Amino acid sequence: MDVIVCVKQVPETAEAELKIDASGKKIEKTGLVFDINEWDDYALEEAVRIKEKFGGTVTAITVGPEDSDSTLRKCLARGADKAIRLTDPKFEGSDAFATAKILHSVIKTMHFDLILTGAQAGDDGSAVVGPVLAELLGVPHAAMVKKIELGEGKAVVNRELEGGLEERLEVKLPALFAVQTGINEPRYVSIMGIRKAMQKEIKVMRLSDTGLNESEVGESGSWLKIEKLYVPPVEKQAEFLQGSPDEIATKIVEILKSRGLI
Amino acid sequence: MAEIFVLAEHRQGQLRDITFEMLTKARELAEKTNAELTTVLLGKNVKESAKNLTEYAKKVIVVEDEKLGSFNSDAYLKVLSTLIKEHKPALTIIGHTSYGVELAPRLAAAIGIPLATDCIDVAFEGDALAVTRQMYGGKVNAKAILRKSESYMVTLRQAAFQAQKPTAPMNGQILEVPSPLTEEITTKRFIEYVLPPPGGVDITAAEVLVGIGRGIKDQANLPLVEELAKSLGGVLACSRPIVDKGWLPSDRQVGTSGKTVKPKLYVALGISGAFQHVLGMKNSDLIIAVNKDPKAPIFSFSDYGVVEDLFKVVPPLKNKINELKSQKA
Ligand SMILES: Cc1cc2nc3c(=O)[nH]c(=O)nc-3n(C[C@H](O)[C@H](O)[C@H](O)COP(=O)(O)OP(=O)(O)OC[C@H]3O[C@@H](n4cnc5c(N)ncnc54)[C@H](O)[C@@H]3O)c2cc1C
Repeated sequence: MDVIVCVKQVPETAEAELKIDASGKKIEKTGLVFDINEWDDYALEEAVRIKEKFGGTVTAITVGPEDSDSTLRKCLARGADKAIRLTDPKFEGSDAFATAKILHSVIKTMHFDLILTGAQAGDDGSAVVGPVLAELLGVPHAAMVKKIELGEGKAVVNRELEGGLEERLEVKLPALFAVQTGINEPRYVSIMGIRKAMQKEIKVMRLSDTGLNESEVGESGSWLKIEKLYVPPVEKQAEFLQGSPDEIATKIVEILKSRGLI
Repeated sequence: MAEIFVLAEHRQGQLRDITFEMLTKARELAEKTNAELTTVLLGKNVKESAKNLTEYAKKVIVVEDEKLGSFNSDAYLKVLSTLIKEHKPALTIIGHTSYGVELAPRLAAAIGIPLATDCIDVAFEGDALAVTRQMYGGKVNAKAILRKSESYMVTLRQAAFQAQKPTAPMNGQILEVPSPLTEEITTKRFIEYVLPPPGGVDITAAEVLVGIGRGIKDQANLPLVEELAKSLGGVLACSRPIVDKGWLPSDRQVGTSGKTVKPKLYVALGISGAFQHVLGMKNSDLIIAVNKDPKAPIFSFSDYGVVEDLFKVVPPLKNKINELKSQKA
């Protein structure tokens, strides 16, 4: 089984204070910690488990700036055999559609039995790259995949629907699966493992290596152009309880008492 | 006249809520742009649903086929691309649901029209289409413009629009279109639905829920919040990452892919407030959120907010409740 995993490096924003930059179209990246997209982390783990069970190779591929190397190193440390980074100033401003085209330009020249992507990325939440890539490659796909059982020339997958319901599908291979969180438990990589992966090569490719022309990538090759970012309007603001933790606890108890909840 | 398509989503004979949410938004867009509202229903034995939809749209295009008996994105893709190429709707609206997410991107790429996913608002600005989407887990909104096209596609976020019936039924006309599916779909095949495993605890029945999120940091911290839940006479619920990590069983998960709850009290501890979680708990009678990030989206859905480390607040809170209870006893 030769598996290709598409990964993206994204900023961790759950606990960070986000600032919109001077252009008004991007967030300020300085001071943010970057890591592999949560969904891709599960996709990578699944790819490595498949390799461990069936043999074959795992190739991690990303479209992103140079510092995405740290995410690729993580992939290599986890068990990926090869890593490819697609970087070019012309790629900047690419949305999910343009990104899928860039990935396609390289993947179409490679051998694969399976492609795994995350179901979505935590930054733009598009959930577009996987299915579009499958269309460009002309292979079947399934999204929101929570379980993969590989068979001869086909796979049986569980797709997550809503409210805890899932559906089982049989899909012909080669195929692309966009993986949902919780499909497995991603393993921990030691610092040692990452250090070892430092010695592995990351293949870098540019626009000129893709066979695409300028107008097919970046903003001009995208479906979407961001006009502006803004802080969402607050519909209902909580009443903030102030004071020391002890005072806050007292206030909460008062509220609960007044509502007859204790 | 321009046309707006809404893809009716249904499962096991039921039209899903998102269908009526999309139709509500589409009606507003159709009125503003003087377009005709058409809903597209694909399936097998869907006459009943088709009749129901005539109240909401001017036209109901129905394609019935054995091969559309359960959702299959490849079958849907073939039928919809035929219909879209023929009718050239100015806009096609699909739900940002598990079905929509599997179908829409591939469909848009196959037809060659631009798509914006998970939109919380959509508006025509002349012949351009502008959308509002959220980024970074709901911390930032983005206004974006789609590449100029004669035909656009969007997926709409669940519950972003409140479903409303038209003031007068639209008495839509049902248009039965023969299925363009001539061959079997061999790329993928539906096998069965898999129900969630029967749970031990029914969080939808609990009056008090203590919901924990990734802010709980470690499984070793579970007993602390478990005790708080107990003091309050409630049970523990959680956000998705807690289930993904295997710290709590899936029957405790609140949100779009978990349960929808409406307890008398929901205490959110270390939960950021992603919409997928919020949709499952925002109708609770009283919501108190503890989060150390003052900008956490959860605070716009809570009655009371505490900007503090949960590990500093939970112990005194638990103690004070227990004290009070022992005084009463
Ligand atoms: C198709 C799909 C379906 C989904 N379904 C669901 C669903 O049903 N339910 C669900 O919950 N999610 C669901 N999600 C995931 C959802 O998008 C979010 O990723 C998830 O809800 C985030 O969980 P969280 O708030 O616990 O974690 P995070 O977003 O990481 O937030 C953790 C929060 O804890 C705070 N914090 C950290 N430490 C402390 C501390 N010591 N004290 C106080 N606060 C602290 C941080 O400030 C942060 O706000 C779904 C996603 C997708 C794509």
